[in-house]
Amino acid sequence: MAIVVKRPKLKWWEHLYLPALFGGMRITLAHFIKNFRGKGDHAMQYPEERWDDHLPEYYRGAPALVTDVQNRERCVACQLCEFICPPRAITIIPEEIPSDDKWAKVEKRPKKFEIDMIRCIYCGLCEEVCPEQAIYLRQDYSITGESREEMVHDKKRLYEIGGVRDGLVNKWNDLK
Amino acid sequence: MSEVKPDLIDVQINGEWHSFPKGTRMIEACKEVGVEVPHYCYHPKLTSPGNCRMCLVEMGMPPRPAPGSDPVEPDEDGHVPISWIPRPVIACANTIAPNMGIRTESEMTEECRKGVMELLLANHPLDCPICDQAGECSLQEFSVEHGKGESRFREQKVKKPKNVEIGPRIRLDDERCIMCSRCIRFMDEIADQPVLGFTDRGSHTTLTIHPGHELTSNYSLNTADLCPVGALTSNDFRFQMRVWFMKETKTIDVNCATGANITVFAREGKIYRVIPRQNNNVNSNWMPDSHRLNIHWINSEARLTDPLVRDEKSGNHRVATWNGAMQTSADALLKLDGSEIAVIGSARMTNEELLITNRLAKQLDAGHVDVVAREGEPDGYLISADRNPNSNGAKLILGLENPGSTIDQIREGIAQGRIKALVCLQENIIDDAGFSADELAKLDFFLTSYPLANATAEVADVVLPGACWAEKSGTMVNGTGRLQRLNKCIEGPGQTLEAWEIVRDLIQALGGGNGIYAATELFAQLAGEVPEFEGITFGQIGDLGLPLIETDERIPLLEREAERKAQGLIVG
Repeated sequence: MAIVVKRPKLKWWEHLYLPALFGGMRITLAHFIKNFRGKGDHAMQYPEERWDDHLPEYYRGAPALVTDVQNRERCVACQLCEFICPPRAITIIPEEIPSDDKWAKVEKRPKKFEIDMIRCIYCGLCEEVCPEQAIYLRQDYSITGESREEMVHDKKRLYEIGGVRDGLVNKWNDLK
Repeated sequence: MSEVKPDLIDVQINGEWHSFPKGTRMIEACKEVGVEVPHYCYHPKLTSPGNCRMCLVEMGMPPRPAPGSDPVEPDEDGHVPISWIPRPVIACANTIAPNMGIRTESEMTEECRKGVMELLLANHPLDCPICDQAGECSLQEFSVEHGKGESRFREQKVKKPKNVEIGPRIRLDDERCIMCSRCIRFMDEIADQPVLGFTDRGSHTTLTIHPGHELTSNYSLNTADLCPVGALTSNDFRFQMRVWFMKETKTIDVNCATGANITVFAREGKIYRVIPRQNNNVNSNWMPDSHRLNIHWINSEARLTDPLVRDEKSGNHRVATWNGAMQTSADALLKLDGSEIAVIGSARMTNEELLITNRLAKQLDAGHVDVVAREGEPDGYLISADRNPNSNGAKLILGLENPGSTIDQIREGIAQGRIKALVCLQENIIDDAGFSADELAKLDFFLTSYPLANATAEVADVVLPGACWAEKSGTMVNGTGRLQRLNKCIEGPGQTLEAWEIVRDLIQALGGGNGIYAATELFAQLAGEVPEFEGITFGQIGDLGLPLIETDERIPLLEREAERKAQGLIVG
């Protein structure tokens, strides 16, 4: 339903706009004096100043791969995140872990794991779907690059962002 | 007049009465009316040991009156009330009986399934994230449907051998094995290499291969298809792609005249695996390893992607447009008399492609038309001696009595200079038909189309990228005379065209007619022109094909299967 807004009837001095102009300048001047005395609000000087300390615990930034305390890469390349990813940002090529590797019993790992950060929508479904607790959304939000290639995070970069994570389920322990 | 009816027996399934032929297994009766009975060890093509216990159902029989008491009167339909037996029975190995009752949804049945699932999962590793079977695993499916959802097993799981190479193409993970014994029975009953078996019977039952033996049979990969879990996996497909990403296409195998029915799994233009598809008139449920693994060249670097024309000045091939290549070919061919031109087609082409090749030969008035023959040893199972998938099609459509018999005449003709131009479609005649590069160099004009770059392409004047079997649709006639459909699974690389499109464009460049836009249109014309195909439509062929002509070729594996079915060993 349409609402009819009544146009206010302006007095003759209001038609001149000068009072409104001076009113605006008064506000600007007031802020100027306040800032000059060092008491006013000010814009954050990004990137020298950042929000990082104010980010809440649950902040969803860039998705990244993590290693556990035994320094094992947790991802087993099950490709569930690739499947669930709504913008299809994730590409995984799995490989078999060679038999002389310390973690040969895990059998499978990603040969290639790429997340296209131009595509990523930070929805967190990859973290939610992961059966191995291997992918987490970290607090990195400033993802920039000068080319499309640079915006694709490869496995090395993903582990750099992810780092080591403590307190995860130890699924591949000695009993297994 | 009364019809002759087979012996039909009335059976009540979940409260409803149905009729089935005498001797039907309970599980098959349920399947027929759309009631699923979960099972692991049962397979209609193998004997039924009844060892997984997953198909337990509640069963009832007509009441047996005590001596002296009156029998129960049947109702107007002739059925008597069923007295239910307090213990469950397996549905896979038991046959139906008159007035039998089966309950697959009762509390007892559900409890049985839940119990069996709990025991099967007690020692199962639950490594689904790395297991190739995940997504098509019966254990996963039935666990969701009938399982408890949690384990009460607090003890340590039994450790068994993992990642065991039991053959050149098969890997075994014993911890995942649920001891259904399908693979053991397959290798014993069908592949005739009884080397698999169970040892350490009890909690530690282990599937093993006989010491000193390997699973070398050319049918070994069927065990990976049969395995309801991920215990047996294919080395070739292992860790390559998760099953839920792949698109499945029903098509046929082209490695021999049997034309095994297959399902091709592909993702984003790459074929990852091929598995057999049931067709009781062609390949039963199986296919040879050698045929299913012959897919890796399709995505290889050697694929031709653009039409190439030999540059007159430098003598090297240069990339041309399709129109340019066709014009060059037409110009060269129109200079010659028909008797100086030979056309070599391929018995790997579809019927539609053979039809249009025949038209090309007529348009050119070509003196010689033939296909390349491929012979091999039959293996006594599914592989035919004829390694061409459509020799019967070539006989019917090109009118060849003995395909491949005049290839030597064409060679002679080229050597003597009688044949000056050769159009070779979808064949590599240097490697497969014994031609030599020097011989072919004598030709004034040589055109070849093929999926791969090869020695024949090297000496050709015009090289055209022709689609391979997975990139085209059409029909073929197999060794036993069955008309089957080949379906397109993936797109061809680059500028690739299907052979019928290439020939159509060539006919057009030569000044002939056009107006064909789809292979199905060619099939309609085929049905009008070749008497054997009369009245058949493309859609009518269906996924399982149609018998078209009578031949004397038999498939040995099917004959043995029929024997075993007649003996009552298998359901078939």
